[in-house]
Amino acid sequence: MSSHEHVHHKEGLAADVTSNTGVPVNKCYQCGKCSAGCPVAFEMDYPPSMVLRMLQTESKNNDEKLLKSNAIWLCVSCEMCYGRCPMEIDIPVLMDYLRQRAYTEKKVNPKAHNIVAFHKAFLNSINQTGRLYEVGLVMDYKMRTGALMQDVEKSPKMFIKGKLSLIPEMIKDKRNIKNIFNKTLKNKKS
Amino acid sequence: MIRLGFYPGCSMEGGAREYQESVIALAKVFDIELIQIPDWNCCGATAAHNLNKELSLSLPTRILALAEKNELMDIVVPCAACYSRLTVTNHELNKDKSLADKVCDVIDMPYSGNVNVLNIIQFIQKYIADKLEEKVTTPFNYNVACYYGCLLVRPNGILKFDRPEDPQTMDILVKKAGGNAIDWAYKAECCGAGMSVSRTDIVARLSGNIIRDAVERKAEVLAVACPMCHSNLDMRRPEINKFLKKEVDVPVLYISQILGLAVGLDAKTLGLQRHMVAVNLPEKKAEQPAPITNTIKTEA
Repeated sequence: MSSHEHVHHKEGLAADVTSNTGVPVNKCYQCGKCSAGCPVAFEMDYPPSMVLRMLQTESKNNDEKLLKSNAIWLCVSCEMCYGRCPMEIDIPVLMDYLRQRAYTEKKVNPKAHNIVAFHKAFLNSINQTGRLYEVGLVMDYKMRTGALMQDVEKSPKMFIKGKLSLIPEMIKDKRNIKNIFNKTLKNKKS
Repeated sequence: MIRLGFYPGCSMEGGAREYQESVIALAKVFDIELIQIPDWNCCGATAAHNLNKELSLSLPTRILALAEKNELMDIVVPCAACYSRLTVTNHELNKDKSLADKVCDVIDMPYSGNVNVLNIIQFIQKYIADKLEEKVTTPFNYNVACYYGCLLVRPNGILKFDRPEDPQTMDILVKKAGGNAIDWAYKAECCGAGMSVSRTDIVARLSGNIIRDAVERKAEVLAVACPMCHSNLDMRRPEINKFLKKEVDVPVLYISQILGLAVGLDAKTLGLQRHMVAVNLPEKKAEQPAPITNTIKTEA
């Protein structure tokens, strides 16, 4: 946990970040290396260094903008920003926290709908069988997004090459997996 | 016979089965048996840590706890993404005892935090590298762009493996196999990771930049150590070529396939026929392997 007296006593997203993750938001001095190295900054509404600056302002308005941003969902967790940050601010952990907040508070940016649909389909597959079933994942994703025709041209070739299984792998102790999901996702909206 | 724990992860049972086939075949050449962790589950990948922290730690902990229960204290985890999740989980649990207790309660199993997780390169370095050169029968005499991607080398403070900028460990292995590991700029840039289905456009662009740089620097092959990177660079090649506005047919091989070919395993055993971009390497007469010029110590 870092020492930030002026954040410490306040309410707001920056204070929540620090108390929940220990990520020292106020250490950022806007050198911009994170945004320069971020592979998806070109597509983000707020690049990583701006996310940090907006948190530092401790404005309710900016907090809302961040939770509703596209940027937090575009972050691919490649860890480049953290690797290059001179203050070693763990931006990927910060992004995870912002995503989890946006998700539970139902503030997911509409443009990120497909990305979140994919994550949900992914977790759903694990919850069912204990392992990821790739064919099931893609079918589930298509149902959630309506992208029914996406990548259909790839399937025959992948099947011939032995890359698609028609039957999901199941683990034995499925009850244990269900319990893990129930215990961790309880009180969380989906 | 050396016996080690083995966590294939979901991709290696499905779309990346050639990675598993080649890792097991390579291990066998060096008299190593890889034992699957009984009843292993998915590590949760990006989806879990994006949506729920506790879930993202519990799923990997179940895997580690099962390894420990079966006395597999060293586990080989060839998928870079699974390796990252398992290593980060070990780190988090060892850092915070109360968190570890909470997670063990969720999975309803004890776990000490002591299972040692090896990525594919660490496994090869530790158990194969010393004997590799003497076993090479068919030097892999090609220009190879070693692609590390993100999760093999970052976050470096936790993984403590290689170095995050211009990593070298895979290059050294390729040189030992008789290959020419080229210098290039996109070794540790992101391929687009888990966006393959939900934002294919982003993957086409990021992976396209990687392929373009490799080819411009005369790579004949890309070497990878991650099923997700492989899928983006190989299966997404039509989308990449559309982005690059040209047909690029440079093949993408797993490091285990390259080393396997060098020690005389045949293409089919290594699953080369399973790649979407056909592996048509030109015949080359055996030459002297390129000298190893770079022997940087990589321990943190």
